Formats: sequence, structure tokens, C-alpha cells
Amino acid sequence: MKEKIRIASGQGFWGDLIEAPFNQVTKGEVDYLVMDYLAEVTMSILQKQKNKNPKLGYAKDIPELMSRILPVCKEKGIKIITNGGGVNPMACAEAVFEVAKALEINGLKVGIVLGDNIKPRLEDLVHTGTHLNNMETGESIGRYLDKILSANVYFGAFPIVEALLKGADIVITGRTTDTGLTLAPMIYEFGWKKTDYDLLASGTVAGHILECGAQASGGNFLGDWESIENMADIGFPIAEAYQDGSVIITKHEKLGGRVSFETVAEQLVYEIGDPKAYITPDCIADFTSIKLEDLGDNRVRVYNVKGSPETEFYKVSCSFSAGFSASGSLTYSWPQALKKAEAADKILRQRLDNLGLKFDEIRTEFVGYNACHGPLAIKPDENEINEVMLRVAVRGQDYYSIERFGKEIAPLILTGPPAVTGFAGGRPKPSEVVAYWPALIPKDLVVPEVKIMEMN
Amino acid sequence: MKIKLLEIAHGRSGDKGDAANIGIIAYDEKGYELIGKYLTAERVKEYFKGICQGKVERYELPNLRALNFLLHETLGGGGTVSLKHDAQGKTLAAALLRMELDI
Repeated sequence: MKEKIRIASGQGFWGDLIEAPFNQVTKGEVDYLVMDYLAEVTMSILQKQKNKNPKLGYAKDIPELMSRILPVCKEKGIKIITNGGGVNPMACAEAVFEVAKALEINGLKVGIVLGDNIKPRLEDLVHTGTHLNNMETGESIGRYLDKILSANVYFGAFPIVEALLKGADIVITGRTTDTGLTLAPMIYEFGWKKTDYDLLASGTVAGHILECGAQASGGNFLGDWESIENMADIGFPIAEAYQDGSVIITKHEKLGGRVSFETVAEQLVYEIGDPKAYITPDCIADFTSIKLEDLGDNRVRVYNVKGSPETEFYKVSCSFSAGFSASGSLTYSWPQALKKAEAADKILRQRLDNLGLKFDEIRTEFVGYNACHGPLAIKPDENEINEVMLRVAVRGQDYYSIERFGKEIAPLILTGPPAVTGFAGGRPKPSEVVAYWPALIPKDLVVPEVKIMEMN
Repeated sequence: MKIKLLEIAHGRSGDKGDAANIGIIAYDEKGYELIGKYLTAERVKEYFKGICQGKVERYELPNLRALNFLLHETLGGGGTVSLKHDAQGKTLAAALLRMELDI
């Protein structure tokens, strides 16, 4: 058994720094590269792509990324784990094989985790008494069945562990928890058991630290952000994991950024609820038990994590179609920039009203004044503010109203207040609003399936 | 005496459905004592009047010198439905750090 393993975070979301995974496998030693691609809304986008073309539905960045990192990973024996398979992990694996073939890399084993997609089973589930009640509102999903775009169960680390045990060099999953991607190699390498709750919680905490990429290593740091060095070449975090569950968070020495008590602590409190009960499919981690020790030189030790048994449920993330939205913007300059923008908003609303258009919500924000902090923003002096961007967004069920709204922005340039610019992008087009439906499902109703594809 | 929160703490915010989470971390134990005592759920709820339409829950993480706030009904329906420019509440931690504590 290895004394320690080094797990590198390669992506914090789909759209993250493209150079990061390449840097992680080339600028220092690591054993695993883990990449999270799936935000809640991503699954519905991928489902739409798959509906149009059955060969799509996964993170399309993956094949190109693989063509850059596969030779290095093969040479160094670095295993890759990602949930970028989206709603079509099989097609993703096939695309990776194509890349490997083109690079003449032989003997590759890819593990695929399937079974998280329960969309085809929704009707049956509801009819047999599993109502997938909304965790926030308590409502049954029944009424929304025909509007559901995607429905995926969050699997944890253990299906990935199974793939690793079967010899996978690369594991591609659908909806897997971000934390499971990092926890899995620890379970696999150190032989942790399903009942080693403290150890599973330790790996889960490490996963939470890694899951947003450089947010743990100096990116988006609200502390002394100006003192973070070389953000241009920022190093993504690495978890150096030990058998006893302790983890040292670090980064490659040559790269920029910082790993300190403060940068790790900020990530630990990111998007958490009750810190005593951080629930995953693998365990419940107690974030109030975590001890952090800043060892200096961009190394922070994370230890003493306590865990308790997992719940009997998987979380399900469903997305459903909930109307349309659009947003448009124009920029007004000094003098009286804000006053002009406010006047333009009034004129626009009057015109929308005159047209009898129907919206569920109209929202106006003045970028440069209150778009971030709303009523908390301090009103600027009209003589000092140089420019303001008027941003108006609408949402509703009537497609025509949303589309017509898009045609009412540009006319304000010639028919409204002066010194206005910034309408280069054309008319705002309606986009489908995808709402999110969180629910729970008993674990025994969903079985993860692990497949191994081997290159001849 | 007034103390600027920005001078004694940092933090990070994000979304959990229509709720925003704001984690506030004190730079030292003294700071944690101050935020523990004065940065109450009621104070935060009052501060975010007009933004937070629901209740505010406060959780303590003394191990990180941190408090975690959950602000319900705050993001205009949540990340994917919200019309807000900051639909995920990413800038709300900064908004809270602008607060002055009366001590």
C-alpha cells in the first residue's frame, strides 16, 4: 500500500481554465487528476444536446484535453477521474478511445459509471409511490412530469472505486458528487471500508476543498487578494492524502496562487448549509470537527475530521422547463448617467406595458451602481459617476412577449435619453428557463452500473 | 465603538437553490469573539432587508473561526431561474463585509 497519494484538481466547473489539467500533470508529480464538469444546470444542457444527437451529451472539452494529457498520464501512470460524461458517459468514453487510437496509445482501460439517469423511469416511480417531492417546497413531481428535461441521481465514490478495482486508467461518470471524485482514489488506494466514516468524511472534506479548482489556492480570495502572486499562472490545488485520513492541501511549486489557512478556510465555507451535517451519498461529514494547520510553503494540513453513517437516500437533481427569459443592456455616459439610465428604464417599461406584453417578472439593475448589492449600494454622486449600464431582464411563460421585449431595447438609442451606447450584440433572444428540482430517492431503487471498456 | 467587518474578517458566498450562503471568517480569535457576539442572525437579516425575503440561519464553526449564514429566499428564485446579474450571490460576502459592527 502506498504511504500517500497526490490527487490534483483539474477543473472546478465546465468552462474553467483550460491549461489547468495540463499544468497539473506536467508541472510536478501527481497520481490522480480529478475533474468536475457538472453544475446543476449543465445536465439539462447536455440532455438537450443528446436529444438532438445521440453521440453528444458529455463535456465536449474532454477529447481535446485528452489529446494533450493522455501521453503524459500514460507515461507517468496518472489516473484520470471525471464526471464530464454528463448524460452520455459511454459516448464520452468512445471519444476518448478515438483520441487514444489517433495517438497510438494502447491498452487503455476506461471505467464508465452508468445508472444515474432516472428520467426514463420517472413516470413509473411516481405511479409506484415514489413522488420525488421537492426538497424545498414539498410538492410532488407528478404535475411536472411532461416538463422534465433531465433527472439524475448523485452517486458517490464507490462506483468509481469499483471501476478502479477493475483496473481502469480513466473513470468517466455521469452525475457523481464532486467530492466523490476525490474520495474514490483514497478508498481504492488505502482500502478504506464503507463503515470507516471518519476516513470517508476526511476524503469528502478534501473533495470539497478541491471541487472548485483554484478557489482553494488563491482564486476568488476575499482576504488580501492583492498579495496573491502570479494569478496568471495559478496553480490548482492538490490533496496529498495519507492512510490515516489526514490530507495536506498544496499546489505545484512552480505555479502561482497560494495555499494558506485563509484560502482553504474560504473554500471550506463555500456553499455549505449546516456545517455539522455535510451530506453526501458516502457519509455525513462534520465540518466543525475539521482542524487546519498552516505548515507554510503553500501546505495546509487538514485532519481530525469526524464522520457518521450515510443516509438511506440519494439526492436527485431534476431540471424542468419553466418558461423563457431574456436580458438586454445599454450604457449611458456622464453627465447624469444614472438619471438617464433610470429614465430609459421607465420609457421601456411604459412601452412594454402599452404593448400589453405578459411577464412573470421584470428586473432592472444599474451596473456600476447596484447590480451586485441592490438596496445596500450607496447612491453615487451624479457628477462623479462616469457611466452606468442599464440592464433589464424579463421572464415569463409567453414566448412572444419575451421575444418582443428583445426588440424594444435598441430603439431606446434613437428614441430615448442621450449619450447612450453599447448595443453591439444584436437583439436579445429568448432563452428557455430551466428550473431545478431537488429531491430524494431511496437508495435501493437505483443501482449504479460499472462498465469497463478496454482497447484492443 | 464601531468596527468595520472588512478589517477583522474575510469570507465567501454562493448559492444553494434560492438561498445564499455567506461564510465569514475572522482573521484571529479576538475577531471571532466579536463576530460571534455581534454578527447575529437578526443583525444579518436586518442588514439584507430588501434582498433576503426569508429567514436567516446562523451556524458556528469555531474550528475555522467562522460563521456560516444561510439566507433563504434571496436569489430571485435560484441560480437558473433568477434574473439577477448576481444570480448566485457571489458578491454577497463582500456586501456583508461592508457592515460596521456596533460594539
